[in-house]
Amino acid sequence: MDAIILQILNGLDKGSAYALIALGLTLIFGTLGVVNFAHGAIFMLGAFCAVTLSKIFSISYQTIDETQTDFLGNPLKIETPYVEHWFGPEMGSALIDWSVPLAILFSIPIMISIGVIMERGLIKHFYKRPHADQILVTFGLAIVLQEVIKYYFGANPIPTPAPDVFRGSFDFSPMLGFEANSVIYPIWRLIYFAFSALIIGAVFAFLQFTTFGMVVRAGMADRETVGLLGINIDRKFTIMFGIAAAVAGLAGVMYAPINAPNYHMGMDFLVLSFVVVVVGGMGSLPGAVAAGFLLGILESFASTTWATTTIPGINQIIIYLVAIIILLTRPRGLMGKKGVMED
Amino acid sequence: MSKSNFTRRGLLKTSAAAGAGLALPTYLSAASHSGYTNAPSGSTVTLGFNVPQTGPYAEEGLDELRAQELAVQHLNGEGDGGMLNTFSSKALKGNGILGKKVTFVSGDTQTKSDAARASAKSMIEKDGAIMINGGSSSGVAVAVQGLCQDAGVIFMAGLTHSNDTTGKDKKANGFRHFFNGYMSAAALAPVLKNAYGSDRRAYHLTADYTWGWTQQESIAAATEAIGWETVNNVLTPLASTDFSSYIAPVLNSGADVLVLNHYGGNMVNSLSNAIEFDLLSKQVNGKNFEIVVPLYSELMAAGAGDNVKGVIGSMNWNWQLQDEGSKAFTKSFGEKYGRPPSNSAHTCYVQTLLYADACERAGTFNPCGVVEALEDFDFDGLGNGPTTYRGADHQCFKDVLVMKGKENPTNQYDTLEIVEVTPRAQVEYAPDHPMFAGGELGKCNPGA
Repeated sequence: MDAIILQILNGLDKGSAYALIALGLTLIFGTLGVVNFAHGAIFMLGAFCAVTLSKIFSISYQTIDETQTDFLGNPLKIETPYVEHWFGPEMGSALIDWSVPLAILFSIPIMISIGVIMERGLIKHFYKRPHADQILVTFGLAIVLQEVIKYYFGANPIPTPAPDVFRGSFDFSPMLGFEANSVIYPIWRLIYFAFSALIIGAVFAFLQFTTFGMVVRAGMADRETVGLLGINIDRKFTIMFGIAAAVAGLAGVMYAPINAPNYHMGMDFLVLSFVVVVVGGMGSLPGAVAAGFLLGILESFASTTWATTTIPGINQIIIYLVAIIILLTRPRGLMGKKGVMED
Repeated sequence: MSKSNFTRRGLLKTSAAAGAGLALPTYLSAASHSGYTNAPSGSTVTLGFNVPQTGPYAEEGLDELRAQELAVQHLNGEGDGGMLNTFSSKALKGNGILGKKVTFVSGDTQTKSDAARASAKSMIEKDGAIMINGGSSSGVAVAVQGLCQDAGVIFMAGLTHSNDTTGKDKKANGFRHFFNGYMSAAALAPVLKNAYGSDRRAYHLTADYTWGWTQQESIAAATEAIGWETVNNVLTPLASTDFSSYIAPVLNSGADVLVLNHYGGNMVNSLSNAIEFDLLSKQVNGKNFEIVVPLYSELMAAGAGDNVKGVIGSMNWNWQLQDEGSKAFTKSFGEKYGRPPSNSAHTCYVQTLLYADACERAGTFNPCGVVEALEDFDFDGLGNGPTTYRGADHQCFKDVLVMKGKENPTNQYDTLEIVEVTPRAQVEYAPDHPMFAGGELGKCNPGA
């Protein structure tokens, strides 16, 4: 039982990332009808916002310590972050320690700007082109973004830890009546899950309870009629692209302490997120979220020793297997609507 | 009476024509029918450096390329000479190889076997590379080694740690200076016994490809020999980035040691995930939980950050060694690039020098001459103490380093510390050892 609870927790945490990326993908597809293969790269850019802020806080000045030597035998250069010099050692080190949570604020305007620039500068020229063209151009854009990041940050993963207070794990065992240490889970991953739930809730509330959201939903249902009412729906959809980029970016920021960011991390999520979107139903926001969590949990269970010894390799194919079964039984996905991506 | 038509001028013309005629076959032989692939005909000789320049191991590939460039400089008599000054063989004079200036071309393996073979093929066929060196993956090494064998050029492997490279997939034209999974395990086992005792239960997570399989087989055998029990071995896909679902079951398995048979990004992520789950602060079976990473790399340790602290692993070489060869190489590399070399950089540098030295001693670039010169060659001064290139399988035998993540690093390069230099005798094995069984070295192929 304790093992099952652990794998459910694992699945919720994995599903959070899938759901956030798939939510952004669906927002873009639902509003603009664009299949955005650069969305994984936007997730990666979000993680690098956290890396960048951490590096900014760590910009240092050098002093020479004659008593120590470096690897060449020269006097050792000691690096002291400017923030520690300006704000004192305690405040300075606290800023560095909290760079990931602070990067949430730092990343929102950056990611919205990136989204808007991407949409206005490139993607809008492909609205009336076939989906194949959109996929090619956005995939190309993803590769360009990857290479830019690799040029500036290198190919190695860059450790970007969570604040000290959130390191370690939480023991659920006493609460559930199990032996101590049998159901423990990393604190940051629990925060990641809560954060994802908050963002997903905020996006749904925004679409459901604001006038802006109502117009966007109306535009998603019938773009032409909304346009005839004198509403500049294109502008609203551009803003939605920015919001979708911010959602993926925030998912990336908070993911940085879980896996050290590297330039390739977006690609690792991209294909799975598309499977999530298809399984959830193209254009369905609740479908994307539900499929994200469902596939995350299934993937987690498929990685257990029992599953891998019973069916070797099941951990590598489970998501695609489930996708095949769902698409055979429900061709439009779990919550897909008639007419979306159907000629 | 007959009249002779011989004149002095006629005799000279005839002699010149006859001389040219006699010399022609020799010229053609040297130029295009030398008996081996890419025989250098001009004043230069071209080496091919096949390293990952894109993909997840690009940083490692970049470091290999830095070292290879440095080796070429030293071979051509530029710079401070590095390990040429400490190498026990004095055949290299700093005037290139066999009097020919060394040039190089580079290819991108992308850490993919097919891409690595394509780039090596291109360097051999289009650029005339006579030797291929480099790489950061055993899958790539095995693939490129096979290609070089067929093409008739020498392959001086870079970072490849699978037993198979000089085991079932060994080839006569291929040579490995780097150590292997068996050697890591043989070096680590006594240290692990001293550090953690002989009553331990180990849970293995293993990368699902040739290196992971042989590494796991080796470390499991070595730790079982000191009394440890192997609780489980779970194969993880090479493309995995999040190992939490593999680590969660460890907690309830009764294991008190986690062995991560992972390298590169896999190692960084699985180790970070294990630390996230707070494994190192747990007590299981009345003992502190421990993590072991059999194969370390400085670049990966830097990627894992604080998570490597106190974690034991092994390496082929480290810049902190204090022998004259290591100091000379670290100084050359550090002054040129402003950073200490990694162990993959070291092995590529050494392999380039060893190849050049073998050509000099053999007096030819012919691969069969080079193979003969390298087989059972004893040398010293290249950073690992007295070393032998065993003729039976083309594996180097030398001391192995047991490392530990440093608790209080003083700078970004100070991530690992040397726990023990395991003597070579402790990591040696017979050529027909079961873990290296199968496959034939075969005969050298000069190609052409």
